Parts: sequence; structure tokens; C-alpha cells
Amino acid sequence: MKVTIDNITVDVAPGTTIMQAARQIGPHIAPPAMCYYEPLKASGGKCRGCLVKVTAGSEKDPRPMPKLVPACITQIQEGMVVENTINEQVLEVRKGIVEFLLLNHPLDCPICDQAGECDLQNFTFEHGVSKTRTVEERNTFDPVDLGPNIKLNMNRCILCYRCVYTADQITDGRVHGVMNRGDHAEISTYIEKAIDNDFSGNIIDVCPVGALTDKTYRFKSRVWFSKPVDASCDCGKCSGKVTLWYRGDEVIRVTARKNEWGEVKEFICNTCRFERKKTSDWTIEGPSKVPHNSVISANKYGANKITPAFPLKQAAEQYKKIDDNRDRSFLAPQKQLN
Amino acid sequence: MKILTEHIDVQGIETIDVFRKKGGYSAVEKALKTMTPDEVTEEVKKSGIRGRGGAGFPMGMKWSFLAKPEGVPRYLVCNADESEPGTFKDHYLMMKSPHTLIEGMIVSSYALGANTSYIYVRGELMYVVNILEKAIQEAYDKGLLGKNILGSGYDLDLFVQPGGGAYICGEETALLESLEGKRGNPRNKPPFPAVKGLWQCPTVVNNVESIAATSWIINNGGDEYAKIGIGRSTGTKLISASGHVRKPGVYEIPLGITVEDFIFADEWCGGIRDGHKLKAVVAGGSSVPILPAELILKTVNGENRLMTYESLSDGGFITGTMLGSGGFVVMDETTCIVHNTLTFGRFYHHESCGQCSPCREGTGWMDKVLYRIEHGKGRQEDIDLLVDVAKKIEGNTICPLGEAASWPVAAAIRHFRDEFEWHIKHPEKATQKGAVFMREGASWSL
Ligand SMILES: Cc1cc2nc3c(=O)[nH]c(=O)nc-3n(C[C@H](O)[C@H](O)[C@H](O)COP(=O)(O)O)c2cc1C
Ligand code: SF4
Ligand code: SF4
Ligand code: FES
Repeated sequence: MKVTIDNITVDVAPGTTIMQAARQIGPHIAPPAMCYYEPLKASGGKCRGCLVKVTAGSEKDPRPMPKLVPACITQIQEGMVVENTINEQVLEVRKGIVEFLLLNHPLDCPICDQAGECDLQNFTFEHGVSKTRTVEERNTFDPVDLGPNIKLNMNRCILCYRCVYTADQITDGRVHGVMNRGDHAEISTYIEKAIDNDFSGNIIDVCPVGALTDKTYRFKSRVWFSKPVDASCDCGKCSGKVTLWYRGDEVIRVTARKNEWGEVKEFICNTCRFERKKTSDWTIEGPSKVPHNSVISANKYGANKITPAFPLKQAAEQYKKIDDNRDRSFLAPQKQLN
Repeated sequence: MKILTEHIDVQGIETIDVFRKKGGYSAVEKALKTMTPDEVTEEVKKSGIRGRGGAGFPMGMKWSFLAKPEGVPRYLVCNADESEPGTFKDHYLMMKSPHTLIEGMIVSSYALGANTSYIYVRGELMYVVNILEKAIQEAYDKGLLGKNILGSGYDLDLFVQPGGGAYICGEETALLESLEGKRGNPRNKPPFPAVKGLWQCPTVVNNVESIAATSWIINNGGDEYAKIGIGRSTGTKLISASGHVRKPGVYEIPLGITVEDFIFADEWCGGIRDGHKLKAVVAGGSSVPILPAELILKTVNGENRLMTYESLSDGGFITGTMLGSGGFVVMDETTCIVHNTLTFGRFYHHESCGQCSPCREGTGWMDKVLYRIEHGKGRQEDIDLLVDVAKKIEGNTICPLGEAASWPVAAAIRHFRDEFEWHIKHPEKATQKGAVFMREGASWSL
């Protein structure tokens, strides 16, 4: 089937989505995906970051589609014409999506473990505007522990449902879901039941933001100070194919390997992730491929010699001052929704 | 002309014996014994009846879209979740005359070839669930439900499901999720329920009032039904009238009467309460655009506005509105539009399911901004901000709740911008109890 995206025509198999077709063309054409995650069935359609304009539905019926459609779940028709990066309306709406996603986001990147490998940061950087229009107080939630190794910081969650699908699909038995509605909805294990399941750690890797983080790695390093290395081991539970994150000689984190779209290639078990933290546990395969525009590829030389303490402290102080000085006088107390 | 409510005040109409004495279940006899399912569908098509749940989609056409693959069950699901602020007609009908709905369910299920059907009732209305269950039991006892109904060879089981307590479960795909026992999140479409609905099988979802009307259509013929009303607005419609009218309540009107008659005639609402004047109307439930007095009574071309799908939407969203679900909320000059908009905004904020970012974040944002304006902390730029946020939600969401949340805000600002500005300019006055802005020279100004 032929489809034209941003004036580039490709041939794709029937059943292909606009997103997959665009990805075949390349990263510069592919719409941003904040919720869609190819390995997870039924994911996508939620964040609306991938909305694109279909200017011709198909060869048979070349009328444009009235609304923007989510690229991640819309299937190609023969002769479909799609506009992504060349359509004003699409780019305008995307700016709006960034704004919505940041509306209640704490913007605590300076102290967030995900910073540097955060889909929301990248999305904002590429599609957002630099000024905020909101003056409202942000919604807040208390951080909770999901078992001994996973921290949930709901303030940062964008409700992409990836972790919910992961828990549904790759761990046996449903371990968590979404409680409540709207902007007061939260990821929950239902009465904070611990997640104890051999594959639960994968919800950390699928999370596009810093809402789910690895407690064994928390605050150990900025991601751009660490070096990713592909390694493997003979694991009875999973494929044992992982990425080790080194700081100096120390393995500070173990994650699953990801493809160029940031999607996990093979889910790994909790033993590999949380317990095998010595080089001697692993056979090293070589440096991981890092996208060239990622901050992870920066600072790779002598990274272990840089002491971040001073600039970080300075930034935090300045940030606090700006935050403390924010004009809050126009904020009326809000009634709590439940 | 009364079709649904003719016998609604008859003593004991909720029992099957009284209901049958009044001619009840004759449509089941006629359809199952003398008509093929396709003939039933044909009559419904001829009647021109449009869905009464809000969107007004032609019912016969919806039925004809139902996929009919071999060996796959089909379902009819009745949407009785009725949670739209200002709408309370289905509740009234089911509570007073449950058999009217059950009769319609049997006829419609027969037409669609469904052997299992569901009535999904708003969770807060447990007493309605009980009334329906009692009536369904009576129908089973009389051989009107179950195996081989009236010896016709047609089987139907009918279940009542209490809802999960969320407005969003009235959206048809959220309803199906909820019916399957899951969280009531709307599904992305396509696929539509007609192809993949309940348990991934072809499903028709219709409103209570739509389904209830099919009995009369079968008894009297689709052509007869189409004679009532005007143009593409055929038949009768239940209107839930509330607010500052003399006689609020549920009225069955023939489509096509004038809005003026509906508000002022003694047969219907009986006019605005004593000593007050009509200021604005929300004509079709909280999600449709509000219109000021002059635009609800007459279109911009000076024609009388009628109670029809077409006339109410004359002028598009600039000067028109929608018939929607028929939740007719009348406001007099004591109503503060900013306060009213905040009430609606708060509702949608509370009811957004939170799946898609524009609706989840946008509804909360609009609520917070409206709250500030109402409480004397507004800024001039907030008005345009609200308009822009509404615009960024509209059309970009999974389900129409996004639009339902944006339209009331956008329309209130479109028609009553001066009230918002007044709130922002004079916070000390605006926040006094009962304070309402009076537009100079407006028909409602005192
Ligand atoms: C947020 C939302 C709430 C809805 N609530 C109801 C409802 O309570 N009752 C109803 O009949 N339709 C409701 N609808 C419309 C249904 O999705 C669907 O269109 C309707 O049940 C179809 O029936 P009809 O064709 O007979 O009108 C709602 C739609 C939305 C988007
Ligand atoms: S916790 Fe992370 S993965 Fe889960 S819904 Fe929130 S953002 Fe998505
Ligand atoms: S529009 Fe709102 S209610 Fe509908 S799916 Fe999206 S978040 Fe849920
Ligand atoms: S990636 Fe398509 S809607 Fe989120």
C-alpha cells in the first residue's frame, strides 16, 4: 500500500499505522509518541501528541478527514496523504498538547532521575513554547513506594497508561491500574499493595517520564554522567540482555535495551535489574548505541571526573528564589475535588 | 400528541397487567408474529426517528450499520446512564412506566437479531434498577422474555446493569467497557460499536427514549410517526424543563412547536416565574451552547426558533445551539452567567476520565480559571485564555466529552463576554452575594 507523508511516498504492508509508516521514513518525519509503545498491545491514542492531518483519506475516497487523527492508531489506506511536520494546524495543536502535559507537571527536572532521557523533556524541547500561560497551583500527590525497588512520583505522571499495559501484559496477574478520574486520576496498586512480581521493574523502563523510578539508582547520578554498555548473562528468567550504566567502574543501574524509538526490545527480570550490579555478573558486549542528539552521548570523556555539586547547588538556589518570588496573590483557595 | 407518556399517570401502569390493558406489548405481538426483523428495521427507518441520547443520529441508519457476521452474537445495549446536568427524562420514563422501555427493548432486539440485551442504568438510580428488575421478572413470567417468546421461536434475555457512577459511562464505548466490568474509559474509534462493541461483538447502543419509541412505530407504522414533527425532526421528544420556569418537569412535545410556546404556553412550562424575565437558555443539556433570550426565541434571520434539531442549530455555533438530549435549562435575570459557567466547568473537570491530555488537563485548567474569575481574582487575559483552551481541547480528544466541556465555556464568553469583564473589573461588586451584572438595554435588564 502506498502512503504519502510530508510529500514522501512509501510502500507499506496493509494494516500499518501512520506512525509505523512515518517511522519507516525516518525520525525527522515520525510524529512524537508519548503514550504509544509498539511492544505493548492496545497502547496509544491517549496523549494526542501524534495527531496529524489526513488531507486525503484514500485513493478511493480522497476527501480529507475532518479532524486530526492520532497517527499511532490510525491505519493506512491505499493512497492516503498525511501531513505531519508541514502542517500548521498540526504544529499548533502539538504546542497545545505540550502545554497541557506540562500544566500539572512539577518541572522538577533538576532533581528528577529521568532528566536527560525523558520523553516529555524532548517533546517539550522540540514542540513546545518557552513561555507558560498558567498561573494556577499545580495538582500534587504524595510519592509512594510500589514495593521495595520502585518509586512512584505521581506528580510527574502523564497518564500514558504504558505501565498499566505492561503490568497487564508482561507480568502475570494485574498488579496496578488507574484510580479516580481526570487530572486527579492516579496510578495505584489499590491500597498500596506492593508489586512483587519478577518482571515488575519493567514499568520503570516504559515510563516516558520520571514518575516511576528505580530506587536502587535514585539520585546516584545524572544520566549524562554515566556510560551505557550492552551486556548479557545467563539468566533463567529472562533473556539476560541488558544495558549496564557505568559511572567510573561502578555499575549504577541496569535497564532493558531500547530501540531507536526508546522502546524496550526485550523485557528483563527484576533479578537482572535490581540485583546484578557487579561487572563480574555480566559478559560485556560493547558500548550501547545512543542516538546522536541525546544528551547521554555528551560528556562521555572523563565523565567520572566532573563534580556536579557546585553548578547543581547554584542552579537549585536560583531556582528556589524564582519559585519563592512567584506572585501567588491572585490564587484563590480551591475546593478539593475527590 | 403523546406517544411515550400517554398512560404514564395511569394508576398501576408499572405493573404488567395494567400496562397490557392499556395496549402494552401489542408491538411485541405484532413484530414477532407478523414481521421479519428486516421489516421492523424498515419501519424504524421510515419513521425518521433520530437518536434521543444527544447526538441525534438517525436510528434506522445506525441499525443498518450493524455488522452481521455468521456465528457471532449481536447485542443491543440501552443507554440509561442519563447523567447530563439538566436531563432527567429517561429517569422519569423508567421510573413511572418501566414496561414501555422493556417492550421497546424486545422489539428492537428482535429487529437486530440480538438474543441478549442490556439496560445500563445510572448507578445512582438503584430504585430504578429495582423497578426495572421487577418489571422484567413480570415479563419473563408472562412469556414475553426468555425462550421462544410468545411461541415465535425468538429468544431474548434482558439484563439490567447498574452503572459505575460516572457521567463518562454514558458515552457509548465507555459504557461498553464498564458493562464488561472494566474501568469506564471511552475507546478510540474506529472500530465503532456496530462492528466491535460489547465483548468485541457487533453492538447497537441506543438511548432509553429512542428504544421506547419503537413500540409505537411498530404499532402505527413508520410513516405515521414521520407525520409528526417537521422535516428531519420527526416524532415527539421528551424535554426535561428546569430552572426559572413556572412549571418545571418532563414534557413530551411534538417536535416543531416554537421555543416561545414551550417556555411561555400554559400547556408546557407556563412562562418565567413571577416578576422575572427570561435571560438565557441552555436548550439541550449542559454541554450545548447557551443562548441569550433574543437568540433562543428567534434566529438571527428573525424566524421563530422551533423545537427541532434543525432550527435549534440554525446559525451554527455562532448564533445557534443544539437540541441535544433535551435538557432545557431556563435562566432568568437573577442568574450570573459566570457562576453558571463555573458550575458546568467544574462538572466536566470532575467527570473527565483523564485518558487524553487535552481533556484531562484542559477541563481542570478552565475550572481553575473560572473559579478565580468568579471569586474576584480574574485577570483580563483570562477570558481569551479560556477561549483558547476550549479551542485546543475541541476536536482533539478521544470522545466528545472534550467538546462537551469546551462548548459551554466558549458559548458563555461568546454571548456574555461583558459579564466576564465586569467580574474582572469589579471584583468587590461581583463577589457580593447575589450580585449579577445587568447589561444596559437588554430585554432581561430590570
Ligand atoms: C460524555 C458523554 C455522555 C453521554 N451520556 C449519555 C447518556 O447518559 N445517555 C444517552 O443516551 N447517551 C449519552 N451519550 C451519547 C451516547 O454516546 C450515544 O451516542 C447514545 O447513547 C446513542 O443513543 P441514541 O442514538 O439513541 O441517541 C453520551 C455521550 C457522551 C460523549
Ligand atoms: S507512571 Fe509513567 S508509565 Fe505509568 S501512566 Fe504515568 S507516565 Fe505513564
Ligand atoms: S475526552 Fe475526556 S472523557 Fe473523553 S476519553 Fe478523553 S479524557 Fe476521557
Ligand atoms: S502517541 Fe499517539 S496518542 Fe499518544
